[in-house]
Amino acid sequence: MLAQQLVNALSLGGVYALFALGFTLIFGVLDVINLAHGAIFMLGAYAALQAVLLLKLPLPAAIVVAILVAALAGLLLDRFIFAPLRARNAPHLAPMIATIGLAISINSAVQGIFGAENLRFPVDALPAEAFQMGTIRVTLIELQIIFLSILLMVALLWGLKRTRVGVALRAIAESPKAAALLGIDVEKLFGVTAVIASILGGVAGVLIALYSNALFPTMGQPMLHKGIAVVILGGMGDIRGAMLGGLFLGFAEVFAVAYIGSTMRDAVAFGLLFAILLLRPQGLFGQAAQRRA
Amino acid sequence: MEWLDSFWSIYSTLVLSMGTNILLALSIYFTLSCGLLTVANAAFMGIGAYAAALLTLNAGAPFSLALLAGTLLPAAVALLLGPPTLRLSGVYLAMATLAFGEVVRITILNAEGLTGGALGLNGIEQLTHVGHVAGAVLVALFLSLRAAKSRLGRAFAAICQDETATELMGVHVRAYQLCAFTCGAALAGLAGALNAHFTFFISPNEYGFERGVEILAMGVLGGTGSPWGAVIGAVVITLLPELLRGLGYFRPLINGLILVIIILYSPKGLWDLLRGARRTAVATR
Repeated sequence: MLAQQLVNALSLGGVYALFALGFTLIFGVLDVINLAHGAIFMLGAYAALQAVLLLKLPLPAAIVVAILVAALAGLLLDRFIFAPLRARNAPHLAPMIATIGLAISINSAVQGIFGAENLRFPVDALPAEAFQMGTIRVTLIELQIIFLSILLMVALLWGLKRTRVGVALRAIAESPKAAALLGIDVEKLFGVTAVIASILGGVAGVLIALYSNALFPTMGQPMLHKGIAVVILGGMGDIRGAMLGGLFLGFAEVFAVAYIGSTMRDAVAFGLLFAILLLRPQGLFGQAAQRRA
Repeated sequence: MEWLDSFWSIYSTLVLSMGTNILLALSIYFTLSCGLLTVANAAFMGIGAYAAALLTLNAGAPFSLALLAGTLLPAAVALLLGPPTLRLSGVYLAMATLAFGEVVRITILNAEGLTGGALGLNGIEQLTHVGHVAGAVLVALFLSLRAAKSRLGRAFAAICQDETATELMGVHVRAYQLCAFTCGAALAGLAGALNAHFTFFISPNEYGFERGVEILAMGVLGGTGSPWGAVIGAVVITLLPELLRGLGYFRPLINGLILVIIILYSPKGLWDLLRGARRTAVATR
């Protein structure tokens, strides 16, 4: 029972972490609370579904389609919303309100095209295998979700640490002005960040759609709440914090449902968040000095 | 006066919701104008709505008492919540108030015996008349316009510009912020109490994240430079969906895009844009 819950928690937490990574990356580098991240998450899921239904692609190829769609969404988001607002030197909240409008538009467009009802992947598109290890039953999908989320997280960490783009991004997160003085093309890297973050969000969307096999136009909304909770748990703009926070929330939720009751699921997440903010505003894993205004 | 009757029978709900939206926009104007990004207004609105509705439904209390309770209870909650929460700044404060909002929503959801849980409260007597809403809006607007020009408003503006410098000038920043937070909560609660008594029905989901975001959008869209900004933001956000009614399915799509475009072309809010236009008109004359 306990081991079984651990597997559930790990796959759910992995998806939360992926989603929150994109959210925190945009906050850390662009200093924007991107409330359209949930809509891009949903777009990723729908793109994969349409790739399976219309183009008859196998699942891995469908995930690639989702990545392309999410990347395009991220590019357009930065190009047509964040960049003009930066150029106008807009006040802090303006981009956030713009992403609200964008999220409304994307959700309504998807609802207009595909309908408001729940959609699902056809049964034969999903791997049906499951492994029995003692008393634990793990489905192949769960394993793939865990594998893919860990792979992406490791890739992101490695990229931020070892690649030129990653180093530049970290420099921008510290101070965009100083980074620009050092010859970093800050504008271009803002765009790169939006693309990477959106890819993470889009893949998280596909994974949650595979996990629960239910897609609907507003599926990004509850995820956005959780993403915010995770990012606060880990400290705003903190990459490792987002990963640990995501896993933490996944565990907290799965165990709350298993041992307290399903009505308490969201109460646990937000009650915890509220308590942490009052006691440790820099996040569970942050250091006081890193706190951003 | 026949046209007025027919106008009223079609648009009364719209006018009343515009009124409560103006109150909500003013409630977030208070906190935004002193540099606090809080998104708990939807929760305060919910507390006010439930307090007032429970009083008239269960205790048969007069409407005036219900409105008073709907205003004071959220204010009291804000007074308790403020001191620990307002230590946070920027996005942390936003997230803490967001989490508080979720806690309120989930509490209402789970206190089924009192609040009806997810089913909400039904059959609330329709007591709100246009006079109540108009009166509340006028008083709130008058007070906030007066406040904006007074010591209080100047202190808010100073805190918004630079918190540390204001503190060093001997202004008790935390006390002013607590005042703004509490006033905002009272206004949001009043809006909730009025709203509950013309929609017959309230449920916890009306006071969740989406509502909080909508209130924030009204405040920022209008601009935080003046209470008039809040009024303009509330009017635009209330009217947009109505004006786009003919678009059917894709109405929210256009609605969202208009929000984006307004922000792109007037990031400091519509009030700023209007004032700017007026200034240019005077200059070219």
